[in-house]
Amino acid sequence: MQLHSLTIREIHQLLIARQVSSVELTRAFLQRIREIDPKVRSYVTVSEELALEQAQKADERIAKGENVTPLTGIPFSMKDCISTRGVRTTCSSKILENYVPQYNATVTDKLAEAGAVLLGKTNMDEFGMGSSCENSAFFNTHNPWDLERVPGGSSGGAAAAMAASLAAFTIGEDTGGSVRMPAGFCNVTGIKPTYGRVSRYGLIALVSSFDCIGPMARDAYDCATVLEHIAGHDPHDSTTYQFPVPNYTQHINQPVKGMKLGIPKEYFVAGMEAGVESALQEAIRTYEKLGMEIHEVSLPHTKYGLPVYYLLLFAEASANLARMDGTRFGLSVSEGAKDVIDIYLQTRREGFGDEVKSRIMLGAYALSAGYYDAYYLKAQKVRTLLRRDFESAFSKVDLLLAPTCPTTAFKLGEKTSDPLEMYLSDIYVVATNPAGVPAIALPCGFSNNLPVGMQLIGKHLDEATLFQAAHAYQQVTDWHKQTPNL
Amino acid sequence: MRPTYEPVIGLEIHAELITNSKMFCGCSADYASAPEPNTNICPVCTGLPGALPVANRKAIELAALVGLALNCSVNKHNTFARKNYYYPDLPKGYQISQYELPICENGWLEVNPSPLTPLPKREGNNSLPPEGEGRGMRVRVRRVHIEEDTAKLFHEKNYALVDFNRAGVPLLEIVSEPDMRSAEAALDYATKVRAILRYLGVNSGDMEKGVLRFEANVSVRPVGSDELRTRTEIKNLNSFRALTRAIAYEIERQIQIYESGGAVVQETLGWDDVRGVTTSQRSKEEAHDYRYFPEPDLPPLQLSDEWIESIRTRLPELPEAKTARFISDFGLAPSEARFLTSERTLADYFERVAAKAKSPAKTVHSWIAGEFMRYLNDSGLSIDDVTLAPETLAKLIDMVTDKTIGASAGKTVLTELFKNGGDPAQIVKEKNLLQLTDVNAIQEIVTKILNDNPKEVDEYNAGKEALFQWFMGQVARATKGKADPNVAKELMVKGLEERKK
Repeated sequence: MQLHSLTIREIHQLLIARQVSSVELTRAFLQRIREIDPKVRSYVTVSEELALEQAQKADERIAKGENVTPLTGIPFSMKDCISTRGVRTTCSSKILENYVPQYNATVTDKLAEAGAVLLGKTNMDEFGMGSSCENSAFFNTHNPWDLERVPGGSSGGAAAAMAASLAAFTIGEDTGGSVRMPAGFCNVTGIKPTYGRVSRYGLIALVSSFDCIGPMARDAYDCATVLEHIAGHDPHDSTTYQFPVPNYTQHINQPVKGMKLGIPKEYFVAGMEAGVESALQEAIRTYEKLGMEIHEVSLPHTKYGLPVYYLLLFAEASANLARMDGTRFGLSVSEGAKDVIDIYLQTRREGFGDEVKSRIMLGAYALSAGYYDAYYLKAQKVRTLLRRDFESAFSKVDLLLAPTCPTTAFKLGEKTSDPLEMYLSDIYVVATNPAGVPAIALPCGFSNNLPVGMQLIGKHLDEATLFQAAHAYQQVTDWHKQTPNL
Repeated sequence: MRPTYEPVIGLEIHAELITNSKMFCGCSADYASAPEPNTNICPVCTGLPGALPVANRKAIELAALVGLALNCSVNKHNTFARKNYYYPDLPKGYQISQYELPICENGWLEVNPSPLTPLPKREGNNSLPPEGEGRGMRVRVRRVHIEEDTAKLFHEKNYALVDFNRAGVPLLEIVSEPDMRSAEAALDYATKVRAILRYLGVNSGDMEKGVLRFEANVSVRPVGSDELRTRTEIKNLNSFRALTRAIAYEIERQIQIYESGGAVVQETLGWDDVRGVTTSQRSKEEAHDYRYFPEPDLPPLQLSDEWIESIRTRLPELPEAKTARFISDFGLAPSEARFLTSERTLADYFERVAAKAKSPAKTVHSWIAGEFMRYLNDSGLSIDDVTLAPETLAKLIDMVTDKTIGASAGKTVLTELFKNGGDPAQIVKEKNLLQLTDVNAIQEIVTKILNDNPKEVDEYNAGKEALFQWFMGQVARATKGKADPNVAKELMVKGLEERKK
């Protein structure tokens, strides 16, 4: 039996039947990380000691039959931008290379309370700025389906760890496709929940008004299980919703017959890889067979999605990263400094990578006196139009289907010289974040032996429909069950 | 010929709010009582990565209360913003403040002093409320907004230390329009704002502790002109004295510049209290671009009409209204009423004494403004430290009024009451302070003094009238101050007259 390739609910059954202990399971995953991860390089930090301690506690809970949740004893990994007390949290940046948080993110606490076992922290583009994980200050992560290729980004480490079965589930974070795009590249299911559904407290901010923590797993059902445990109102995050969290898994088997599936025409245009397009068309036919009504819809402001997304990202990120100043935590380069300004400059010069620096400068520019109206304010206005696009589409259909990326995984180094080319790989995933709507990415085929991903985009707070639709698809297809040879 | 110049002054007042917790986290806001630096801190107020702000409900209530007291309208929809700049006392690299939509706007405050000239009639002034019945003029309050205080820096020789206990303490910024035309007007405005903050119980007004800080914008122009000339901004004025001195200095400095044919440069100035001069800190070119934008971590504040009205019901009677009432209800002079209403606790104390006393309110005022305050000042006490019950003081005042004891005995009793407490009648009895009103007894004493001092009597009768006070002093000494002074005086005059012949 290959423990590492089981779903959360399969492992859960084994755990409560006492056929395997969490400690055994955790050891198996740690062993697999030692064997496989040198090739994939998905983990920045493996928290072996903490994992075994948590596994031990989980086994005690299971033995007593007390407070056992579907996640009790389940080993997982977390993107390295989510704070973990006592386990360094780097955002894959030199400036936080040795930063060990004194507190847990709310999500970290919730998973610990549920009894999940943290294996370690996964690689990412520095502070989430990138689409290939190549902007990690530490090392590249490799796509388990082709080690010459990127896993996508910015949650590339999380997607690769999931694809390589180096965790039973992983926690990613999606600012503009950072869960969905790598999920598509790596044949993983992952959800970006509605903005405000999952607490951001302890998530090191990239874009405060876009950032969404979301799980990646073997299938939609597992994603639903995890989301149930991490979603909900948090008194420490004023942007979280008060609404109770639905029981997603309980309703996941509801039939999708009669649901209206929208196909945004602006997303199916020239430039899409042929194999990606045919996989998408096949998925649409599958939904038709499942009884969904297919409607073409229009999201007329789609072409502004990318500029709006990046402009607001630059602006917010320039402020969010200001606290990395070398005076209280993380890297501090004070040698030869005449004054505190020198410490700021030296620390940030050495601590931030090029992409981060260029985005901070662009953001400071967009917010500066005389340019604010033309850039930031204009982008906020167009953001409203993007949101209305979705509102208007959802007045006609229940959910939308779109690709996660125009191509399959590209080669390491292929796009690093051209940031605009890199930005374009996010063209299908960025608009959802300014709009705040939820979207789930799931495998829908292969093109030239590389995974193709699709995403289902839903109404505000309607993750339940996304889970139902994704689950229905995964009942009649087995793309999500394909695993790479490692 | 030198034209007459008119100063144009606006004030920004920073006032910390008295709340249990900080503006955006649960840490204690009472940094003054912290046992040592960096004890009232958490991930939020030290700006650790990933920490998020949560707005303090109490601080929002207090901000609205202050706005309403300053006749502002409360914005039902108001937003937080990030003010971006780097400084070691600002842990996030930005201060959470309010920019485009502050919680309160468009208020006014009546200011008294005479050096004021009427506001120029200019466009945009239409919203100005009509001025009060000749009592003063109105200074417009542009806005009241909420922000967070910074950490405290301790500069050492080659480094600085940061104490984050103050970081994140709720702070109000109260911004006036440039409606003041003299340093005295600015002082009166600042004094009134401070009194209102203290009345509302939202700020102690203790400037030595830095809970209230001023910044002044100053420009000057020829009288009669309504142009707004280049202004300078004087930062960190931490006392009323510094405020008036700095403004007066700056007015004169700018006049000198114009008089010598120069131009005032827009800049930020500091105030050197020792040398008594303003000093340049930042020129316009070096001014910060704060790159304000809406704070994405905090949703806009949505305040309902009901909520605003519920805050309005919490407004106490404010100094101006109380003064007017003291004048009309107690028959006090305006200056007397203003003195009593300068502090809410003093006004309350007065009212409680006046309610218990049979003596007229004016007499009660005289006692409180006189002996009572003198004792407090001499002892370094404030009205808040007074434990003497108002009814006790009322009893004492009545005993003087009905001549049970003399005025000087009254002072003795008051001192005793302050020091050891007790009952006035009991003290009078124990100390044998009852006023001597028996004419025969006083006559006896007067006669004895006159008989014992024939030399002084002759001198007096020869024209040295100043000796009369000496004779009265002898009476006071012989009676330990208990003799009814009017009776004693009458008998003394008569006795001296008799010995003239």
